[in-house]
Amino acid sequence: MEALTDEEIRELSSHAAEIRKTIVEMLAAAGSGHLAGPLGMADIFAALYFRVLKHDPKDPEWVERDRLMLSNGHIVPVRYAAMAHAGYFPLEECLTLRKFGSRLQGHPEREKLPGMETTSGPLGSGLSQAAGYAYAARMDGKDFRVFCAMSDGEQEEGNTWEAAMFAGKYRLTNLTAIMDRNNIQIDGNTEDIMPLEPLRDKYEAFNWHVIEVDGHNIPQFVAACDEAKAIREKPILILAHTIPGKGIREIEGDYRWHGTPPGKGPTDKIPAEKQAEVFLQELGK
Amino acid sequence: MRMLNPEMNLRADVFDPKDFAPTRLGFGQGLVEAADADPRIVGLSADLTESTKMDLFADKYPERFVQMGVAEQNLATVAAGMANYGKIPFITSYAAFSPGRNWEQIRTTVCINNVPVKIVGSHAGLLTGPDGATHQMLEDLALMRALPNMIVLSPCDAEEARKVTIAAALTKTPVYIRVEREKMPQMTTSGTPFTIGKANLLWDTEKPVAALFATGSLLHNALLAARELEGQGIAVTVTNVHTIKPIDRESIVREARRAGAVVSIEEHQINGGLGGAIAEVLAQECPTPMEFVAVKDAFGQSGTPSELIEHYGLGVSHIVGAVRKVITRN
Repeated sequence: MEALTDEEIRELSSHAAEIRKTIVEMLAAAGSGHLAGPLGMADIFAALYFRVLKHDPKDPEWVERDRLMLSNGHIVPVRYAAMAHAGYFPLEECLTLRKFGSRLQGHPEREKLPGMETTSGPLGSGLSQAAGYAYAARMDGKDFRVFCAMSDGEQEEGNTWEAAMFAGKYRLTNLTAIMDRNNIQIDGNTEDIMPLEPLRDKYEAFNWHVIEVDGHNIPQFVAACDEAKAIREKPILILAHTIPGKGIREIEGDYRWHGTPPGKGPTDKIPAEKQAEVFLQELGK
Repeated sequence: MRMLNPEMNLRADVFDPKDFAPTRLGFGQGLVEAADADPRIVGLSADLTESTKMDLFADKYPERFVQMGVAEQNLATVAAGMANYGKIPFITSYAAFSPGRNWEQIRTTVCINNVPVKIVGSHAGLLTGPDGATHQMLEDLALMRALPNMIVLSPCDAEEARKVTIAAALTKTPVYIRVEREKMPQMTTSGTPFTIGKANLLWDTEKPVAALFATGSLLHNALLAARELEGQGIAVTVTNVHTIKPIDRESIVREARRAGAVVSIEEHQINGGLGGAIAEVLAQECPTPMEFVAVKDAFGQSGTPSELIEHYGLGVSHIVGAVRKVITRN
């Protein structure tokens, strides 16, 4: 794939900005859910849905589509927002997030929403599902790619490493994992809770090809996805360094916003009742 | 009048068995047959390929066999991914590890996801013997029975295990199949009917005073007990409940009404297994005095199968005792 033009970069950035606003709106309406992670992954999901993935919002079951498995289901608001902006369903439906009868479950469910690909929430089991999917697709000679978005916190789960070992053994080159390395989890910073580093070395030791990117640098991320296509020996990990809460200065990097919606977060900087409004202003709305 | 139900086409030597085979072998043979018929079937093993008898499939279809190593959580979730794609994965390990260790993965990625992974738990029950309590899985039926979308099957002999496996491959849902290590008497034949969800009345009498419901390895003991009771002038029925979920409500209620007393018989904890499933049905539809032949909230230990069956109260004499007790309560 050609390098992105300046105009394409501007367009993707603009999609990311819209996705961030939708995330804040949907979480404020839901009154619960996770804010920091989705905001941190907005650039990557914009790049995935508007550039990288081979997909058709009007035909979510298209058999040749690339598959995107979301392992850390709690950041699903970013996926819902990206899917809505990409045309999978009406934008207004985002406001049904976490409500009774909604297709937009608090944690994603495959059978509820076309295009969701799999059910997730309990951490650590997305990479193995993606690996199984990639293995099966390769058996049948399919040439679509399988992506797995996962968190850094779930690297604490044993199942993740079982999957890493499996994908390395079977050289699943059609599998690209994207790790949201945002350094936070619910109880604090990852390196305080359970140190994860050196992540790059660990995956390389498991026979993965690792590409590190700035997860907010869209051209860099797109280039990494292109590079991944050319790797013919190993599964690929895009280790994406991101800032949780990206786009809202007051919450960036603050783990206290991991599992909290606007209106219910820490009030030392912004009073609860002002949070949604201030966040949306800051995101340019 | 006592009789083996002729419609069940049981072997003529059912009370004096000549052939013995483990249910895991029936699974292995059934998997090959199912795989012959459907190229979507794949087999995944967690380092126990020979002892779960998946080796029969692996030898015939090496390109459809996946060695997972000792990683039961990955076993279930990789299979979930494959099933999501469109394969029909059978996964094998010992029941203590799968579904013992990977229950949450099965709940989320198989059952909520609703993809057709077929989980085969081998070496279930006390009959695993010398390996001791860690390997004698007595809670698997309860674990699997609690899950929506899951079908739970517990064959009584190798021939039924073969049929169970073929039937499981044809369903579009998650399935759990419980098989065992020990050789068991061959009771059923290729002509014995098998339909998921439809229990088989094997031993019938005109005026039963107790209805016996048994599953898996203890079915043979149930039949032996029925014959012994008949000699004591106590008429019973024996039903093979090979499908624990969905439980055959109709058969259970019918036989309970006819007899007025019920005994459940299983090589499983008393909590949450076949007996629990039957009691749930009867409590709602026709409350009936009931006794449970099962492991009474205890773990197993090393020993020979016969020593363990005796110690934990699962032998023919225990079944006879349970029947004699339950009929006094009616």
